[in-house]
Amino acid sequence: MHMADALLSPAVGGTFWAATAGTIAWCAKKVQQDLDDRKIPLMGVLGAFIFTAQMINFTIPATGSSGHIGGGLLLAILLGPYAAFLTIASVLVVQALFFADGGLLALGCNIFNLGVFSCFIAYPLLYKPLAGNGTSRTRIVIASIVAAIVGLQLGALGVVGETVLSGIAELPLQAFLWAMLPIHLAIGLVEGLVTAAVVTFVWQARPEILESAATTRPLGSLPIARVLAGLAVAAVLTGGVFSWFASSFPDGLEWSIAQATGKDELDEPAEGIYGLLAGFQEKTAFLPDYAFRTGEQAAAAEQAAEPAWPAVDSGTTVAGLVGGGLTLLVTIGLGLVFRKRRRTA
Amino acid sequence: MAAVDSAFLDLHRLDHLAGRDSVVHRLDPRVKVLITLTFLICVVSFDKYAIAGMLPFAFFLTLVLGLGGIPAGFVLKKLILVAPLALLVGLFNPVYDQQPLMQLGTLTIAGGWLSLLSLLLRFCLTVGAVLALIATTGFNAVCMALEQLGMPRVFAVQLLLLHRYLFVLVEEGRRMDRARRLRSFQGRGLEMRTLGPLLGSLLLRTLDRAQRIHLAMRCRGFDGTIRTCRPSRLTGRDLLVLALCGGALLVLRAVDGPLLLGRLVTGLIA
Repeated sequence: MHMADALLSPAVGGTFWAATAGTIAWCAKKVQQDLDDRKIPLMGVLGAFIFTAQMINFTIPATGSSGHIGGGLLLAILLGPYAAFLTIASVLVVQALFFADGGLLALGCNIFNLGVFSCFIAYPLLYKPLAGNGTSRTRIVIASIVAAIVGLQLGALGVVGETVLSGIAELPLQAFLWAMLPIHLAIGLVEGLVTAAVVTFVWQARPEILESAATTRPLGSLPIARVLAGLAVAAVLTGGVFSWFASSFPDGLEWSIAQATGKDELDEPAEGIYGLLAGFQEKTAFLPDYAFRTGEQAAAAEQAAEPAWPAVDSGTTVAGLVGGGLTLLVTIGLGLVFRKRRRTA
Repeated sequence: MAAVDSAFLDLHRLDHLAGRDSVVHRLDPRVKVLITLTFLICVVSFDKYAIAGMLPFAFFLTLVLGLGGIPAGFVLKKLILVAPLALLVGLFNPVYDQQPLMQLGTLTIAGGWLSLLSLLLRFCLTVGAVLALIATTGFNAVCMALEQLGMPRVFAVQLLLLHRYLFVLVEEGRRMDRARRLRSFQGRGLEMRTLGPLLGSLLLRTLDRAQRIHLAMRCRGFDGTIRTCRPSRLTGRDLLVLALCGGALLVLRAVDGPLLLGRLVTGLIA
């Protein structure tokens, strides 16, 4: 599943944009250092190959539904992590621009979810050690399945985390996780099986392709410290998501805790990350009074458990409705004028 | 498959639209990329219950689409095609957020419905903005603009090559898929078992193609960078448009125009 702009807050979108842009720059440097200019057309054509592969559907056994391959792991096996990351990123850019899949602001999140996890975690830490030097069919199959499942689970976790951190959608973390993770377990299994089938086919038909792919890239040089640092960041983020969720959805987990214990216990740990994010949002907001308004509403939302609802200013409501309606009318009118002009032209 | 097919036809259509000429088309791609980014950041930074405040942005988008001669039906069709995702996640808002926020006579509207409406509006605006950018600029020009704005060159080349070979390979993949489906009866032969070898042979052909392309490019002196002979320089007009549009968007974000307008109108009536 792709993240959409509409579900994102600027702080989350911007953070992931920065992370992704940094990774792209780092990978671009690595690929350029490689000095193998054969790789540049190869990356381009393989990106187009992934698109094509996604269009060819197949029936999934025992379900009768049909699915298609994602291709992140396959690219990592064929190209190595750095070039594969650039290729996945380019595929997602084209999908965002032409197919309106995801969005421009969500691009950072999407590249991170689908690229970083499969290229820099699932491939080097799981596929490589499990597949060994790639001469045993069983090992290739097992390695592909394990790496694809782990990569997709992490990606699904990323989608959930980004959505919940943004706070635009109200879907509680637990329900969202229960919807996303089992589905992605099945998707990961299928993805792993198909990847394994393609890799073993290539290995039987033209073994030299995989051998040359395995030798020309600096695989051993993947700095383990950086990977561990990345995992630590992911762990902190996930922990933050959990604790933040506890305070901001009074009718979800906290409600049940309050019911069970008789008091709001989870308020304290949540202050940290929520306050941090709110402070960040205040800094990035264009006008401080808007951030202030958001703060007020958040405070109002926290008081929601009290019998008295926050005072609703009906004057503002009516003015907002009238003004909004007028703006909408003017917009539609403008669209109709353009349409008429195009017909007569 | 049908959905992908129509999406692919849209790809051709977008390229075709980008080849037209209008006031919007003639702007420098960098200016358009920057204005689109400003637009997106303004829209997503709205409060989660904001609806009226976002409508001026719909006005701005309609103006750009109209000036660029992009048919509204095309944009609406694309929006409907990709809407299910946002709708699916947003549909839970009214369920989980029942705090009343709006009072209309005896009718009380819960916050969830407002935030769902706001989410859908956000979705239309963000997707529409990206479509407007690509339909008035074209993919190649957007890539060049991004490179001039600091994207690594290898990545720009990668995007250009991907776009160029997309059409070639998708045609080939569609031929293979059609051939396979024509030979299948009652869905036999479409299982996952046949997909591996199918994709595998497509992959081998792709790799051979990459080899040929590489040799051809080497023969023409390729050294890892793609050069264009299209000069791009920012004119005063481009900078003026950037300043005006950027300023207008920031003002629209900062001032709740519809609310002021509504206050004025209700004030006049009362």
